[in-house]
Amino acid sequence: MEMKPLTRLILGLVCLLVAIWLVAPTLVVVPMSFNENKSLAFPPQGFSWQWYQNFATNPEWSTSFLNSLKVASLVAVLATVLGTLAAFGLDRMKARPANLLRMLMLTPMVVPGVVLAIGIYAVYLDAQLVGTLTGFVLAHTILALPFVLIAVSANLEVFDRRLETAAASLGAGALTTFRTVTLPLILPGILSGLLFAFATSFDEIVVSLFITNPYLKTLPVQIFSSITRDADPTVAAVGTILLFATTILIGGGMLLLGRERKGRL
Amino acid sequence: MSALEPTTPSALQRAGWAWRSYALTLPALLLLVAVIGYPLLTIVLRSLSEPQWGLQNYAWFFGAPVNLTVLQRTFTISAWVTVVCVLCAYPYAYLMTAVGPRVRLVLVLCVLIPFWVSGVVRTLSWVILLQDSGVINSLLRSAGFDGVRLIRTQTGVVIGMAQVLLPFMILPLYSVMKGIDLRLVQAARSLGARPSRAFFTVYLPLSLPGVYAGAIIVFILALGFYITPALLGGPRSTMLSTLVQTQVLSLLQWGRGGAMGVVLLIATFVLLALAAPVMRSRYRDAGRR
Repeated sequence: MEMKPLTRLILGLVCLLVAIWLVAPTLVVVPMSFNENKSLAFPPQGFSWQWYQNFATNPEWSTSFLNSLKVASLVAVLATVLGTLAAFGLDRMKARPANLLRMLMLTPMVVPGVVLAIGIYAVYLDAQLVGTLTGFVLAHTILALPFVLIAVSANLEVFDRRLETAAASLGAGALTTFRTVTLPLILPGILSGLLFAFATSFDEIVVSLFITNPYLKTLPVQIFSSITRDADPTVAAVGTILLFATTILIGGGMLLLGRERKGRL
Repeated sequence: MSALEPTTPSALQRAGWAWRSYALTLPALLLLVAVIGYPLLTIVLRSLSEPQWGLQNYAWFFGAPVNLTVLQRTFTISAWVTVVCVLCAYPYAYLMTAVGPRVRLVLVLCVLIPFWVSGVVRTLSWVILLQDSGVINSLLRSAGFDGVRLIRTQTGVVIGMAQVLLPFMILPLYSVMKGIDLRLVQAARSLGARPSRAFFTVYLPLSLPGVYAGAIIVFILALGFYITPALLGGPRSTMLSTLVQTQVLSLLQWGRGGAMGVVLLIATFVLLALAAPVMRSRYRDAGRR
């Protein structure tokens, strides 16, 4: 679409502002984490590593970090297995029941967090699952399941089923066919599902706030209670560490993917 | 079975697959029933049965002006967030379709970077930025707007929520705009329409499916927001989610909290049901083009 120079200029400016609005809050934590004083006033004063030290040495922070890693790893595996199986089942069903079941399995995405949280809390109180690893893993798995289902289903949609028939006609059993033909081809979907499931669990806060107790806290819960309790810049240090970890992971992944694609061409 | 036998599946095999395909979804369905279905049912039952059977919790909810104010505010804030998202996302998504691949990559990264940081940390950033002694207030003060309060106000909550939800608006909008045939706009121009008229009569209607899709997602997600209003809001910007939490965790009023939760749940599903046919037909129109 052609535009007058003035329109173009305004469009560019508006978009620049939107981009800043999107990104700036993400980066604010970085300078805050080196604050010398125990305050969250911006701009920060001086320079110190003490909040990083606090994160590493204060058991409140390090334990909740390890808890989150533990929960998220278990959730990633469980949700990926259940989600992949379900995606296969739905792929091979008639359209009508498949659509109905798919909608059911996507409900965790639209149910308001707090409603789900009080429901799960009520059930966990009876089942004595509050503050347990099992409780966290089950709740997070159901929240992560839709992401795995979507990722794997998208891959199955473009998967050519005749390849399985070809493998079978050459004498491969169902399991061999799956292992040597189907699995390698839908692996990208499964892996991205795994990553999404991990991220969902690692970041989950609303349900976690209800099913937590002093014995088992995940990192978001610890961050939330720290924010509501006092102005502790350790939160900013944690945010910065997470930001850099994700940047390295995603950057590395993109580099690897790019290299692989180039190698193939 | 010999390897040279025909490979079209027999009726028996197909029946076997049908049975097996249900079995494959069974573990996920069981977990879904146990961790979503059963808890939601528990909440519905509690809202109807505590302290005794009846509709008293719903009568209480719709009878108290405080609750209705919060209900109305929840819808108002969500509507504002949706409006802000549409207004910011539209030019942004359009620019994404209009620039070269390099600039587009930068624009896409700006949309995705907020996802890299934990949601709670992002809200903390907003607390830092919006606080009374924060950057934005200092800027406003030096620009002559003294005494503007952002944190613990509805404006602050809308700013924070819209930033979190903006990507959900930009991405569907971009995917629709990407498919719009710009030759249609050129055709309108060649027939003598001014650029603004060509935009409003040709481009805008074609991009509406994306606006609808994004707006519905943003509005529904905003209705259930809990963390952002809890940290950025004050007593005058309480949303329904916070009220539910107070009833259940602080007052141990499971019946009342449950009733509020059910109201929120029903509102969400009614909106989804209303939106589904609209969105489907719009998409079909866009596809037919």
